[in-house]
Amino acid sequence: MSWIAELRNVTKTFNGITALEDVNLKIRESEVLALLGPNGSGKTTLLKILAFLEKISKGELYFRGQKVTEKNIQKMRMESTMVFQKTILFNTTVYNNVAYGLKVRKMPREKVEEEVIKALKLVKLEGFDRRQAKTLSGGEQQRVALARALVLNTKFVLLDEPTANLDPKNALIMEEIISAVNHELKTTIVMATHNMFQAKNLPHRIALITNGKISEVGTPTEIFGSLSKTLTSFAALENTFSGTAKVTENGTTLVDIGNGVQIEATVQSSGKVSVFVSPEDIILSKSRFASSARNIFKGEIVEILDLGSVVRLKVDVGKPFKVQITKRSFNEMELNLNAEVYIAFKASSVQVF
Amino acid sequence: MTDLWEGLVRAFQLILSGDPTVYQTTLLSLFISGTATIIATLWGTPIAMFLGLRDFRGKFVVKGFFNALIGIPTVALGLILYLVLSKSGPLGFLRLMYTPTAVIIGEALLVTPVIVSFATTAIEAVDPEITSLAKTLGASESQASLAVLKEAANGIFIACITSFNRAIAELGIALLVGGNIVLTTKIANEINFDISLSIALTIILLAVVLVINVAAHILRRKRK
Repeated sequence: MSWIAELRNVTKTFNGITALEDVNLKIRESEVLALLGPNGSGKTTLLKILAFLEKISKGELYFRGQKVTEKNIQKMRMESTMVFQKTILFNTTVYNNVAYGLKVRKMPREKVEEEVIKALKLVKLEGFDRRQAKTLSGGEQQRVALARALVLNTKFVLLDEPTANLDPKNALIMEEIISAVNHELKTTIVMATHNMFQAKNLPHRIALITNGKISEVGTPTEIFGSLSKTLTSFAALENTFSGTAKVTENGTTLVDIGNGVQIEATVQSSGKVSVFVSPEDIILSKSRFASSARNIFKGEIVEILDLGSVVRLKVDVGKPFKVQITKRSFNEMELNLNAEVYIAFKASSVQVF
Repeated sequence: MTDLWEGLVRAFQLILSGDPTVYQTTLLSLFISGTATIIATLWGTPIAMFLGLRDFRGKFVVKGFFNALIGIPTVALGLILYLVLSKSGPLGFLRLMYTPTAVIIGEALLVTPVIVSFATTAIEAVDPEITSLAKTLGASESQASLAVLKEAANGIFIACITSFNRAIAELGIALLVGGNIVLTTKIANEINFDISLSIALTIILLAVVLVINVAAHILRRKRK
């Protein structure tokens, strides 16, 4: 097994504040590694260090066996690309955005055209090349950003929360592309996420990160299967709750997560468990309605976060649930803070580990 | 009223007949103000890049200084230049007094604070992550700075247009170090001798400013 990058005792401080502390991490060639941790845990800083964009305060960084220094950093940057969580686009056409890195590499014009068209096809944006990038929808913009990174064909790609600001449709497309790129092009991908479900399904390995430290590294089965200590302490992770499970007469599992909230799941489990419900799987309504969803709770909107094409809401039903809906639904439903709402999700949407 | 009407009629005759004084003055004015704007942009933009992208102690003082200079009275700057460029002045040996070059230097100095202040604001408004983005796509430090500059292009363009407007419309510097060679000075000087010429030149000055601003507006819309 060969390593593409390695961090040795890396510490990063910003104005005296420690963002990363004594991080040791090896990244395997052609793997998808997820950095899983709550917001503010140091995931983005770690990615920026791996993208050679942020200098380390202490420790060493190796890339393809070579120590990264001030002298070779520009050369190293040519071999990696990062896609930021917040979509940043140049104020020009989709074509010029995607072609930027190729032009920097002084690729012939005809070849640039060919590569850009190929990259846009890969991210399912054929025919978008003449459009102004900033006029596209949030999901499309994020895919332009991904195409701009993938067109360079670097074997080391860093993705910061690639689906965090996307609606379910675009999130799914993004996950498919990440998976395809890894399988077909053997690209090593390091992605930061705080989405448990994504971490469980996409990567080969997961590194758990809290307060700037990497606490555990392992396969999804190892991390989720053994009910990792760190994982259960991730109270800040979205819609992740600890509770006691018992199997019901119907063969489903009822998990008591406290404050009178009981979640029903299809997976059979008992004893101490953690549960996770993806914010995208939760349906929000202003009144109670009959549905097949086994979990329906009444609550109050306590937080509204506008993410462009989608809106994230925190609904307190006794326990805080994050719910993601489209901006259009948000506007049509005329929702506001402290509004009384119902949330519903299927028992099959509940992940138990 | 009759004076004004007669003046207007003759003014149009002068313009339509291709009067050499009218056209030479107009072209020289355009050349002087245009060159001054280009020079101010060439030296003002790097200053704006430094102010917009770097953090250093006393940055707000430097920015405040350039902001304050936007309002400098043209006649005051004209007088300073007069003292510097006149025969007995420190740069008198250059013999620039009453030449287009003297007016170009004066107007370039006049509009530099406009370029620096407007361009700094435009550069500061660019997403700070653009530099990181360009770098992660393989750009060198200078290529990344150029990417920031491109993002701020609209703001810098507005700075150039505003500068050109200020340069072509100013009177103080042109009068004190250029003599009677540009539109504004001729308008002022001819009032008592040939009011029709003054009116004709005023119409042209207004038309030039209007056309350039409308064209700039259309260009900006196209760019969007």
